[in-house]
Amino acid sequence: MAPERLAEGGRIDRRRVLRFRFDGREMTGHPGDTLASALLANGVRIVTRSFKYHRPRGIMGSGAEEPAALVALAGSAAQGNVVPTMLPLTEGLDVRSIHGWPSVRFDLGAVAGLFSRLIPAGFYYKTFMWPDWHLFEPTIRKAAGLAPAPEAAPEGRYETRNAHCDLLVVGAGPAGLMAALTAARANARVMLVDEGIEAGGNLLARKVEIDGGPAMDWVARAVAELAQRPNVTHLQQATAWGWREHGLVMVQQRAPGHPGLIERGWRVRAGHVICATGAIERMIVFPGNDRPGVMLASAMQAYVNRWGVRPGQRAVIFTNNDSAHEVARDLRAAGVELAAVIDSREGVEAADLPLRAGYQVQRSFGHAGLRGVEIAPVGGGPAARINCDLLAVSGGWTPAVHLHSQSRGSLRWDDAIAAFRPDPVAQSSASVGAADGRFGMTQALQSGAEAVAAYLGLAVPDTPRATEQPYNIAPLWSVPGKGKAFVDLMNDVTLDDIALADREGYGAVEHAKRYTTSGMALDQGKTGNVNVIGILAGLQGKTPDQVGVTTFRAPYTPVSFGSIAGGKAGPGVLPFRHTPLTGWHMAKGAVMYEAGARWRRPGYYPRAGESFQQTVDREARAVREGVAIYDGAPLGVYAIEGPDALRLIEHACTARYGTLTPGMGRYGLMLTEDGLIFDDGVTFRLSEDRFLMSCSTGNADAVGLHLEKILQIDRPDWRVHVTNLTHQWMNATICGPLARDVLGRLTDMDLSTAAFPFMGLREGLVAGLPARVARVSFTGELSYEINVLPRDLQSLWTALLQAGAPEQITPIGSEANHVLRVEKGFLSLGHEADGTVDPYDLGMGWAMARKKGDFIGLRSVLLRRRSGQPRRELVGLIPEDPGADMPEGAPITPGGKRMASEGLVTACVHSASLGRRVGLALLVDGRTRIDKVVQVRLPDRCIAARVVAPVFHDPEGLRMRG
Amino acid sequence: MARFSILNLARNAISEHRNWTEHWRTPELKSDYDIVLVGAGGHGLATAWHLARVYGLTNIAVLEAGWLGGGNIARNTVTIRSNYMRDESIPFYVKSVEFFDRLTKDLNFNTMHSKRGMVDVLQTWGMVRDRRRRRLTMDLHGARYRPLSVQDLRRMVPKLTGGGPDARMPILGAEFHPDAAVNRHDAVAWGYARAIDAMGVEIHQNTPVTSITRGADGAVTGVETPRGFVRANKVALAVSGHTTTLSETAGLRLPLRTINLSAFVSEPLQPCIDVVVNCPDLGIYLSQSDKGELVIGGATDLGQSFRRDVKQHVFEDTVAAMLDLFPAFRRVKLLRQWGGHLDIAHDASPIISTTDVPGLFVSAGWWGGYKAIPAGGLCLAHLLATGTPHPLATPFGLRRFRHLEYVLEAGTTTAR
Amino acid sequence: MLLLHCPFCGPRSEIEFSYGGPAALPRPDDPAQISDADWVDWLTVPENRIGPVPERWCHSKGCGAWLTVRRDIRTHEILEVRHGA
Repeated sequence: MAPERLAEGGRIDRRRVLRFRFDGREMTGHPGDTLASALLANGVRIVTRSFKYHRPRGIMGSGAEEPAALVALAGSAAQGNVVPTMLPLTEGLDVRSIHGWPSVRFDLGAVAGLFSRLIPAGFYYKTFMWPDWHLFEPTIRKAAGLAPAPEAAPEGRYETRNAHCDLLVVGAGPAGLMAALTAARANARVMLVDEGIEAGGNLLARKVEIDGGPAMDWVARAVAELAQRPNVTHLQQATAWGWREHGLVMVQQRAPGHPGLIERGWRVRAGHVICATGAIERMIVFPGNDRPGVMLASAMQAYVNRWGVRPGQRAVIFTNNDSAHEVARDLRAAGVELAAVIDSREGVEAADLPLRAGYQVQRSFGHAGLRGVEIAPVGGGPAARINCDLLAVSGGWTPAVHLHSQSRGSLRWDDAIAAFRPDPVAQSSASVGAADGRFGMTQALQSGAEAVAAYLGLAVPDTPRATEQPYNIAPLWSVPGKGKAFVDLMNDVTLDDIALADREGYGAVEHAKRYTTSGMALDQGKTGNVNVIGILAGLQGKTPDQVGVTTFRAPYTPVSFGSIAGGKAGPGVLPFRHTPLTGWHMAKGAVMYEAGARWRRPGYYPRAGESFQQTVDREARAVREGVAIYDGAPLGVYAIEGPDALRLIEHACTARYGTLTPGMGRYGLMLTEDGLIFDDGVTFRLSEDRFLMSCSTGNADAVGLHLEKILQIDRPDWRVHVTNLTHQWMNATICGPLARDVLGRLTDMDLSTAAFPFMGLREGLVAGLPARVARVSFTGELSYEINVLPRDLQSLWTALLQAGAPEQITPIGSEANHVLRVEKGFLSLGHEADGTVDPYDLGMGWAMARKKGDFIGLRSVLLRRRSGQPRRELVGLIPEDPGADMPEGAPITPGGKRMASEGLVTACVHSASLGRRVGLALLVDGRTRIDKVVQVRLPDRCIAARVVAPVFHDPEGLRMRG
Repeated sequence: MARFSILNLARNAISEHRNWTEHWRTPELKSDYDIVLVGAGGHGLATAWHLARVYGLTNIAVLEAGWLGGGNIARNTVTIRSNYMRDESIPFYVKSVEFFDRLTKDLNFNTMHSKRGMVDVLQTWGMVRDRRRRRLTMDLHGARYRPLSVQDLRRMVPKLTGGGPDARMPILGAEFHPDAAVNRHDAVAWGYARAIDAMGVEIHQNTPVTSITRGADGAVTGVETPRGFVRANKVALAVSGHTTTLSETAGLRLPLRTINLSAFVSEPLQPCIDVVVNCPDLGIYLSQSDKGELVIGGATDLGQSFRRDVKQHVFEDTVAAMLDLFPAFRRVKLLRQWGGHLDIAHDASPIISTTDVPGLFVSAGWWGGYKAIPAGGLCLAHLLATGTPHPLATPFGLRRFRHLEYVLEAGTTTAR
Repeated sequence: MLLLHCPFCGPRSEIEFSYGGPAALPRPDDPAQISDADWVDWLTVPENRIGPVPERWCHSKGCGAWLTVRRDIRTHEILEVRHGA
């Protein structure tokens, strides 16, 4: 058995032995141990070196408040900055101290302590300025940062669970258990979450009685009863770490008990939250209060009672309140020699204890560990030394108001307990027990029941009686003297630092925190922040509530990013959308692109030995000279039907649609109310009041929302149904001068231009499949967009490929499409329509049907154009060197100078049909500058290009209309 | 003002640092100033600094509702950069980066300015295009951007192991912006405060302005505070989210809405990321502070908010995006998170402007305004001192809204 | 993550909704008839006081209803949710 383990007592299972290693040394512990209790049982006093001064530090707390000790874990569970008081001991843990080189016991960094006078709070703001911070930064960075970053992702997964409950009870101490029992018995849906390994809260560490028996018997009965009830979810090792709006509380469950599951995050939406989060003991700030062997009194009590560990041989107690008297008795009962109880209050009596009332500890002695303390009367007087290897300190208790405060509840200072306690709530909640500053046990039990009864409208049930301990306190925040007295151990912030901050004008509590970094370490100042407030109040002659508190920010204790992301991991988050043809494309070796809205589409289909440009040229040439086919499945499509369908479309789009005859379509633009282009597409009229509107792939969802918003918000009297058909009809498009011949082999439709003109839409059978065929063209060639049901798309595709085999029908991707649309000067969202242009800028005034009256965006377009400011207009660009690549996005500047641009290249492609590169551009007053030469300015050179009309192929559009 | 240096630090160490004095005074509030600046945040303090240093004006009160440097300058993620897209914006941010580069020496206060550069991780072709356009336009104005291969990126940020071919967003490329820097935000606020105090400007903390008063001619006459009326013919607002709260007391409506943006830091880790990593497609960015904390920011909340809180789903998405690229950080722990509210103009670009109320000036709409602090201060100071816009700020006047001539830096209009 | 009470579906989490921006006054019937200044004001100036403001949300991953919500933007308290304007 470990050397400091008591022969009996505690909530550990001595029959089973767990092996672990600390800095390579083999050690043992038992189930029920935390890493901290196991380390103390093995006589480990120093577990870490401090951040700034490299002072040796040991374990000081017993739970989430731990103010000093941090370790790192190696092996499969590798992680840094682990709080040993919160980690259940498991078999095979490989534990490393951090911040010590070569070891925590002999740390060369401790020489920093010798220069400590040079480096008070904020010292770096005053120096390292010459010649430059960069000279010093690498060294400073290396010194920082505690544990190393993990090398690889952990094995296993995280998950998120949503939960809804009537009452969420946070904390399974006496008040929380009583609240949960009361709510459970009233058949409310209850969640009880507690950060500890087992329920009980401070009862686990104390020898009190409830209902005339040991308190833990009562806890066991309560836990058993809750377990039986189907309306209760009870989680241990589950920390409520953040409270958001509308009753949403985040819970991190660290031991979900499921193979492969590392942790589980819970989003709990609670009707009412009971904060039974207990209270946190404070340190008293005196010189040498960080020496290993100095511990919080409550922690020492927990180690002897709960874990059967004797953390030392001879103890001194230093307190300003009654709670540590109980600790003194428990230590003595465990066989620790009680040297003295130093109580800073005058006139306190306890006949059974070696009490020195009105005394304080002036400083501690020792090197790596505590050897003794110096005591003296509080008002001054002769000092005396007491030898000891343990000092239990209690500076009083602070209600754990973190959750209450995160919910936006306010706090008020209470002199009676010398602490901030919860004031009115901001969300449906109540604080109970010690979290509400009610430190009596019977009172805590009562308050748990009362809060639930009040919320559920029940009569207050009887609650058990418990052993009562008085709680009186006279604040003592700090004992000044020679040597370093720490207010924040992890960040090495001292009493002198706080005084310096105050002297330099950083006395506001938020300034003091930032200037000294007090309260900003891993423990977030749970034991020390109130001391800082008390110390500042003393320096400034204020009361603590006049000084005020710093913000309580989530999380309550550090939470793994894995559990926060939960199931949002891997490619399953926002997955790609595939058309029914994806498999075919990939089998053909297509290079796949994302086409917007997560749709995957082929970019191009390279053949063996082809360069990228050769592939694109071949595919583009097939469209211009033969016949080609592409997968248009992701195109957005809406059915717009009803008596007011036409009004909606004419309100939302720029063009006129009332003049359309059924079976015909028209291209139009959709503007924002700011008068800028939002989307474009063709709308067909199926009958008097039925339309099909196509829109871009990327905006398909946004267009639907936009149309519904018009209908539901602005025009609720209009009778229109808008139905998203994007996933109901999917198209394959064949294009090229031979497209008609190929399609004619698969359908009885009359494909003659007279019967089926450009911009016409016909319904019929294609390859035996019900189809809607639209004669629209995004390539400038004869083109048929054949829409079928998604399940038919593969059959259609195959039939078209077979029918077109004699003409060597060529599948093409988005790269060739891009070349073809640039040759035609067709706009592309994200290229020419970059969110800043209106239709006139693009030379599309023809699409602005102003005669029809108002429509969305018109007012703003006209207003903006009246300002008379020059506009950037769409033009074509022909580089004087036919092979010159004008990069997309390249600026055009006056005379090619390095100055503000007058335009930019929006697209530049190699045109196979023209045998040269051509481009499109937005250019200030571009339409007045046709035939002028402009300069595309690149970092290392200029490219001269002639301005031309933005169409390079078939300007009259005869080919696509023919 | 005691000069800060290693020698002075050593001298004070001998006297146990008992002789350091306040970095700024707590003067009596006078009833009359030439200029009242509302808000002792980054922009307010920097404006005062330029007014005093460049234009010789010091009869100025900076009125702060809470504690100085407690607004967004205390809440941002300290990324300083100039990789903007438009000719209107880039020169302004280039100037701001220049100012930041020498701020430590200008203020004699170590801002721990670390010019470590920023890498943009590109995961969609649209973003590749966007960043190429930026690179080529930035070059016109002396801002640097350099394309990186995916291999170069992974060499530069070895912890970035995600974003491979099977990821939800495979990495396509990257751009490196060597001008980018991070520094210590509190030091910027405190350094400015100390410097302007030394030049005679008064800072009044815990002095909220409750309303702006106007005379019979409509011009500003001063501001009301709980400590009394303060007369001034020029009042400038640099109060971020509260711009409209105050401007409306003078009857002025502005095209601004207030939104919440949150950020968070991890536990401190040994140095593992040496540059700022920005992932515009996933909407997250991170850097590692000198204390070792990963400092991480993401998208704004949807909807207006004065809450300074964290929207859980926005936060989760940000964390998930980070883990997509840095899977090893799953066991790394969140240490602290917080929100800040900022105001965003209708076109998402800043406003440094006179207003329809004579004597009332605003500097607002700062969305990522930390990086703009020195240049924003210069431009507002210039406007206050001369009555005409600084050349760098001409595009950012309120006039632009009269004809809806937006500065569309984001390339799109705001949600409507 | 707000909890919005959809009048058709009941209380639902914010992640089911799409945000539709601040709710402006009703769109003028004939924008050509109002002054430039009034149009710019309607278009660009939202209500932004510390307190309840009107905004639009669409229950896009639910019933599809466009809602007008009055939410206190200092406390997140939802004062009203109604269908339509």
